[in-house]
Amino acid sequence: MTSAQIDIQLIAAATAAACAIPGVFLVLRRMAMMSDAISHSILLGIVLAYFVVDSTSSPFLIAGAALVGLLTVVLVEALQRTGLVKEDAAIGLVFPLLFSVGVILIARFADNVHLDIDSVLLGELAFAPFDRVIVSGWDLGPRGLWIMGAILAINLSLLLLFFKELKLATFDAGLAASLGLAPVAVHYGLMSSVSLTAVGAFDAVGSILVVALMIGPPAAAYLLTDRLTTMIWLSMLLGVVSAIAGYWLAHWLDASIAGAMATMVGVTFLTTLVFSPSRGLVASLARRRQQKLDFAQTMLAIHLLNHEGTPLAELENRVAGLDAHLHWDATFTADIVARARRHDLVLENEGLLVLTPAGRTRAQSALVHQAAR
Amino acid sequence: MVKRSDMSDTGLPTPDSGPRTPDSGLRTSDSPPAIDVADMTAVYHEQPVLWDVDVTVPAGVLMAIVGPNGAGKTTLIKCMLGLIHPVAGRVLIQGQPYKERRSAVAYVPQRGSVDWDFPTNVLDVVEMGRYGSLGWIRRPGRKEREKALESLEKVGMAAFANRQISQLSGGQQQRVFLARALAQDAEIYLMDEPFQGVDATTERAIIEILRELRATGKTVVAVHHDLQTVPEYFDWVTLLNVRKIASGPVEDVFTEENLRLTYGGLVAVLRNGNGADHNHAAAHSLQMEAAP
Repeated sequence: MTSAQIDIQLIAAATAAACAIPGVFLVLRRMAMMSDAISHSILLGIVLAYFVVDSTSSPFLIAGAALVGLLTVVLVEALQRTGLVKEDAAIGLVFPLLFSVGVILIARFADNVHLDIDSVLLGELAFAPFDRVIVSGWDLGPRGLWIMGAILAINLSLLLLFFKELKLATFDAGLAASLGLAPVAVHYGLMSSVSLTAVGAFDAVGSILVVALMIGPPAAAYLLTDRLTTMIWLSMLLGVVSAIAGYWLAHWLDASIAGAMATMVGVTFLTTLVFSPSRGLVASLARRRQQKLDFAQTMLAIHLLNHEGTPLAELENRVAGLDAHLHWDATFTADIVARARRHDLVLENEGLLVLTPAGRTRAQSALVHQAAR
Repeated sequence: MVKRSDMSDTGLPTPDSGPRTPDSGLRTSDSPPAIDVADMTAVYHEQPVLWDVDVTVPAGVLMAIVGPNGAGKTTLIKCMLGLIHPVAGRVLIQGQPYKERRSAVAYVPQRGSVDWDFPTNVLDVVEMGRYGSLGWIRRPGRKEREKALESLEKVGMAAFANRQISQLSGGQQQRVFLARALAQDAEIYLMDEPFQGVDATTERAIIEILRELRATGKTVVAVHHDLQTVPEYFDWVTLLNVRKIASGPVEDVFTEENLRLTYGGLVAVLRNGNGADHNHAAAHSLQMEAAP
């Protein structure tokens, strides 16, 4: 690995980790689309701030652009409060307007800036290693790494300081307000963190990847754990892994780094969706199948119990013809009978099925349970 | 049919129930009432939800707030907690503004107001009751955990401490919320529909805990839907339908007359079937009475 490759991966990892922290709370608050809005409208902020500070790398530019992110949130909420527009529509109305004003301003007045529409959407991570911080002749590393490192440090400190407040405001804003733990202030604090992170990441990875890194890893982590702290660390880890994997995918395909990273975030999420041990599709399919088989065996036991000791038992409780009585297909019936025998629920005696004590208990308890409902 | 606007002027049969009449009974002059709501008016999208409501809750009572859907019951609770800024009126908690007496008040929101798929467990939710006394930044520690466990014990949910909250039944969720309020160690408990969607066993368990709270001098206010159980469960009641219809001891103000005023001519509708406006209200309140 060349040092440029290491730099790129470090910047990508710091960005992924920094995005995951506010991302977890956006996902839990069902505000995922707000990251999309903020990450786009900050373009206007970057352009406006550039006009004021006349530099693309000043901390004032980052702060100014983040303010426009916050303004987006305020506008969306104000539009929603009119009662005339729903939240999703309000988001869809506000950010394209702010974003396109930014696009026009770049095209009209900022021709000589390195900002262009490609870099807006996908960033320019490949060039990040060449923009270095040099203080009196000393090379202190790429600027992007300093910016994202600082933002990661800010997000981590805010998380550690206000974890309890963030959790309560997210889970139960009413209780938070009644206890004096200002959920509205926490909300705007979180939105500031989202804006700041989006501005920092925007320069390195562009607006699409910001959304992918804020929403994808937390959504995947949500499927893997029941604990909030685990969800946060796991989101950061999944984000970092996807980012680095994305870099190597881009290297291998000779394609856009940001595009490959966003793809890997998607792949990570899909893999989790399918294979998560507790909530994945495979696990829930298996669980549903198991439930169906268990239920069928219980039904068989109830059927046998109903006809046990009656004149009809000779007819009803026979393996042959059971499928017709239960309206099951023959293979399924044979499978269920075999399973019921294996689980010692029934015995087969010259083609006649007889409940074992365990089978009788199962049928009776299912019926009692049903009656109690 | 009596128009709502007539009520405050004409007065009502029972002297205690009239608006602005001081509540009789348990109130003593040397200690301020637990909650004192005066001239409370709240609007939602220009529509009055509460209209000049005065309610005084003496310390040590178990009070129900009843009224049809949209009567402003939840709004009244939220105004008491300062969660809604009223357009007029004020609330005093033990004679002081809510902000001064936060620690004296515990709040149990409607069960449906939170996301039960949130990644956390029962113990953690109950610990949230301690966050107010911890204040900003400080993290809960061993003391908070012990308090939370003790509260879970009181509601019979100690065995569920490490259970993921999404795995709880409705009744269990309500018990967890009650435990969280108990963990606050408050003097006043404001509960929004604590019996909503719980089974009979849980309902009895919850009312038993509320009675224990009252026995130790605490004040409990609960939004309640089942009119039949009001006299059995509560000793104080506020009948609300945007305006306060009556507020006072159950035996004085929980009268057929006041109920009729609260539920908008329900009795008349049942008798002669006219008053199309109120068919809705009647249907709602009948459903409420039928609900478990």
